[in-house]
Amino acid sequence: MAHLTINERTAENVTILDLDGKITIGDGSVQLREAVRKLLEQGHKNLLIDLGKVDYVDSSGIGELVSCYTTTKNQGGQLKLLNLTKKIQDLLSITKLLTVFETFESESEALASYGG
Amino acid sequence: MTETIELTISSKFDLIEIVSSVTKGATERTGFDEDTANWIELAVRESVINAIKHGNREDPAKRVDIAYTFDETELTIVVRDRGRGFDPARIADPLDPENILNPNGRGIFYMRSFMDEVEFSRHADGGTIVRMTKRRTELNGNG
Repeated sequence: MAHLTINERTAENVTILDLDGKITIGDGSVQLREAVRKLLEQGHKNLLIDLGKVDYVDSSGIGELVSCYTTTKNQGGQLKLLNLTKKIQDLLSITKLLTVFETFESESEALASYGG
Repeated sequence: MTETIELTISSKFDLIEIVSSVTKGATERTGFDEDTANWIELAVRESVINAIKHGNREDPAKRVDIAYTFDETELTIVVRDRGRGFDPARIADPLDPENILNPNGRGIFYMRSFMDEVEFSRHADGGTIVRMTKRRTELNGNG
């Protein structure tokens, strides 16, 4: 059974990935990496990851978010985070990653941040 | 009264969920609040991932031992792998600006952040031993 479900949808010029489940070593991390890689290959450079339904993340999951961020940025895109749970916020905060990621609590504000 | 639980797993990542279930049971019996229990579970998880990945090099034939000792005041978890060991002093600081965007290297940092004590040692028969303790600080007025 997959530990992470990823649904993709498009709003304006942004591809939103609604994540549901766990981003942990093995399944979740690999699935997220593959989804982002495929989107970048298809030319979708503005990515927004909704973490609201992610109930568990470990250091591998945090590492995967960092990796996706770097890959997207290196290809001229932007990867931002939406709806961080308290746990994810804590894990990003203590490793100073909140200074790296742009994070949002509102989808409309997140979408507006990408510009035209 | 002190209680103990011991389990041994093959070096397979999908067995970590079973370890997490046991960790939950141990934190519950010690009496930790839900938040603290979650962070302890994460620390144990990170330790077991390291044992499988870096210690046993994902060789499923090599075992990881996890032992819990607890009473109503504190919980100690000892994780042992069968690897060649490492020098914890040589682990890069994940907060160093040049490491911030490194996808790896946060596991031990999280373990040290969420537990009161984390010690690394070598087992006489080989392998690394990680010993982690979390105390119920609300019992002695420290938090």
